[in-house]
Amino acid sequence: MSVSVLEIDGFLLASIQESLEDSVALQLRRDLLEGLRRTKAPGVLIDVSGVDVVDSFTARLLSEIGRAARLMGAVTVLVGLRPEVAMTMVGLDLELRDVLTELDVERGLERLRHRARADRKREW
Amino acid sequence: MPLRVEADIVLARKHARELAAALGFGLLEQVEIATAVSELARNVIQYAGVGEIVLEPVVEGSRRGLGLVCRDEGPGIADVDLVLAGGYSTGRGLGRGLRGSRLLLDEFDIATAPGRGTTVRGRKWLR
Repeated sequence: MSVSVLEIDGFLLASIQESLEDSVALQLRRDLLEGLRRTKAPGVLIDVSGVDVVDSFTARLLSEIGRAARLMGAVTVLVGLRPEVAMTMVGLDLELRDVLTELDVERGLERLRHRARADRKREW
Repeated sequence: MPLRVEADIVLARKHARELAAALGFGLLEQVEIATAVSELARNVIQYAGVGEIVLEPVVEGSRRGLGLVCRDEGPGIADVDLVLAGGYSTGRGLGRGLRGSRLLLDEFDIATAPGRGTTVRGRKWLR
């Protein structure tokens, strides 16, 4: 099983549908960062609405993706975190660094578009 | 169930979640139990290589819940109090995993010594 990385509206989208094996999660990290290099997308969306467990390994991996993407010049937005998963992360004191969060893919895309527009304005 | 390869971590947490649901735990508690099992199972695979985890219903007086025993014959932990207090990290998250599973369960007990393996017993009660 693997997670496919799609291009949507100039951004990268990875939808994680179920519980990931560690090696698949590490493969996803490689695929996303390689995808950034290839497409020059300014942002990454990671949809975790299908994920039922985020443990310390997964949280660290997501933060690492966010940080590496940021170093490459792209923004990472995590979307669709389930309420019970979010609450468990609070209970574990797990933090996601270097990633933004939105409720769903639509809101995440809007955030990335808004950011891309603001960046263009600044360049002028 | 045996913990031998990485895929067993996914199986263990799936099994934990299904048993928790069957016992009547709510959605949040199902995820808490599955997450605790995930942390413990990963520690076994990463630090001991192989081990096993047993998940079963428990009854004590009028209380009902889920019990787990996670056991390995790995290198063991020299100063487990330090690890649980957060003052120790191997860089790969042994301490974080143990602390996390303790936070998510109602009862948590660990028996370990260098060269003697590690056994974690945990329980979560239905409210």
